[in-house]
Amino acid sequence: MIPEWLRIRRGPQQALEDAAQWTKCPKCATMLYRPDLAKNLFVCTTCKHHFRMHAFDRIAMLVDADFVEIGADVVPGDPLGWTDKTSYPQKLERDREKSKLTEGIVCGFASIGSSPLALGVMDFNFRGGTMGTVVGERLARLFEGARERKLPVVVCTASGGARMEEGMLALMQMAKTTVALQRFRDDGGYAITVLTDPTTGGVSASFAFQTDVIVSEARASIGFAGRRVIEQTIRQKLPENFQTAEFLLEHGAIDMVVERAGLRELLIRLLDYGSGARRNVPAPAVNGHAPAPAATTS
Amino acid sequence: MNAIVERERGLLELEGRIADLKAHAADQPVDLTSEIRALEEKYAQIQLDIFGHLTPWQRVNMARHPKRPLGSAYIAALDQFDELHGDRHFGDDPAIIGGFAKLRGRRVVAIAQDKGADTKEKVHRNFGMPRPEGYRKVQRLVRLADHLGLPVITFVDTSGADPGIVSEERAQSEAIAQSIAAFAEVSVPIVATVIGEGGSGGALALALADHVTMLEHSVYSVASPEGCAAILWGDAGKAEEAASRLRLTSEDLLGFGIVDEIVPEPLGGAHRDSRGTIDSVLSAIDGALARLATIPPGELRARRYDKFRRIGSPA
Repeated sequence: MIPEWLRIRRGPQQALEDAAQWTKCPKCATMLYRPDLAKNLFVCTTCKHHFRMHAFDRIAMLVDADFVEIGADVVPGDPLGWTDKTSYPQKLERDREKSKLTEGIVCGFASIGSSPLALGVMDFNFRGGTMGTVVGERLARLFEGARERKLPVVVCTASGGARMEEGMLALMQMAKTTVALQRFRDDGGYAITVLTDPTTGGVSASFAFQTDVIVSEARASIGFAGRRVIEQTIRQKLPENFQTAEFLLEHGAIDMVVERAGLRELLIRLLDYGSGARRNVPAPAVNGHAPAPAATTS
Repeated sequence: MNAIVERERGLLELEGRIADLKAHAADQPVDLTSEIRALEEKYAQIQLDIFGHLTPWQRVNMARHPKRPLGSAYIAALDQFDELHGDRHFGDDPAIIGGFAKLRGRRVVAIAQDKGADTKEKVHRNFGMPRPEGYRKVQRLVRLADHLGLPVITFVDTSGADPGIVSEERAQSEAIAQSIAAFAEVSVPIVATVIGEGGSGGALALALADHVTMLEHSVYSVASPEGCAAILWGDAGKAEEAASRLRLTSEDLLGFGIVDEIVPEPLGGAHRDSRGTIDSVLSAIDGALARLATIPPGELRARRYDKFRRIGSPA
């Protein structure tokens, strides 16, 4: 059963208001016709600037056909009773309307180039892709689901880091995603990260840099502390290429840099290399705990 | 000046003359067939005289021949290659090229040392002398291969690990030590091939393998002949003498059980038929991988232990 949004995103783009049909490339200021931009995988036809993608668009671009979402029922609460200019629930409501997403990540099962996989795609449009309890929980379930089904995992990241409005509970999602990913890898699981613009803070400093292969989209901004934070802390202007994907490649932090147009083909090859991976049979979880291995009988 | 380059100069001139004669034979009023044949016989004789038997020092020069196929040429001859970069900590070392590959349809992780072809590339690749980040990339890729159950193939060609200030600052010894340990630790098959210079620990860091192959005229040594001569006699100029004493040729090492297989080179050296040589090497690796694939993965580590435990032990 193909979800409605996937059908729509793969089909011809809906007719929009005339004014909304055009957008300006933030890099080279070329006026771009939105349906053309979508057809070109949201890459500027003039300067190749990679626009940030909506999670639904990215899933539509990557998967063969179907996508079975998991964790959609996990939705955010307001654990700290946070209010600044507006309340946290109001911010969430605004982001939901704006992004048509229930949270900052969409997770599920799909196939890419006929290789079945577990796929998570983060979206910067929802609270800057920040990781709170819902993003952490959905990711943990993705890793657990992949472990049970013996599937490889691909996560496309886009995140400003941990979500301030959920305080320490958000920080602890770095720990939760770490332990879940580690158990998956301990069982022989194969995980690939696709870093997209921007990926920083609590996401880059946890599961994103713990996977087997780390790919980044070209010219994406990747780092721990954001540029503004560093500049204000050290009171120095940073070089132009600082924290770009290419900067990270040169400094040994990531495996490869790929233009978006080549991403799907690259993932097909990377998934193929891992297709013969030795996978231990995961013990079924009982009340969230793995039981002691049963004695084998001959 | 490379001793082999010097010796083959006359031969190359003769080769040119024969080719010229052949090209123009048709336009000539007189029949040149017998003259060409005589030259060809002379050529074959000189070639045999020069290359039929090479001294250890000549082998060292052959291993360093500027036209000898480099690690990147072997990588380029694989069916498919997706390069993976970096040590995840400090940098990506261009002296070592590594990544996912397919060899005759078999999925592998391939790792090669590369000296660089022209001046610009030589500088970029630090003349094939890896720095700590290079050996840390190797460790990472070997463990990745183990995690995914992929065999590892390596191409060894280095005068040695980088001897420099920055490499010492970043713990070159630790990087080499841990690289050797990584090869000992994994459960996947490993096939190493010395394609040029096997320079000391910087080479062994890629060569603790289930099957070690050497190209006929490559060398594998505890130190470069120059280094050995400097250490023992305080005179790097005595390199030729050191080369003859070190027992660094493929035949010597096969005799010691340090090497398992020698891949022959064409008369005159690998560079006289690079494509053919590379093809023979890849076939030898493919054959070794096919044999190793029949051994249960659990046994490979134990066999590797036995193999390296035995070397140099009293009979």
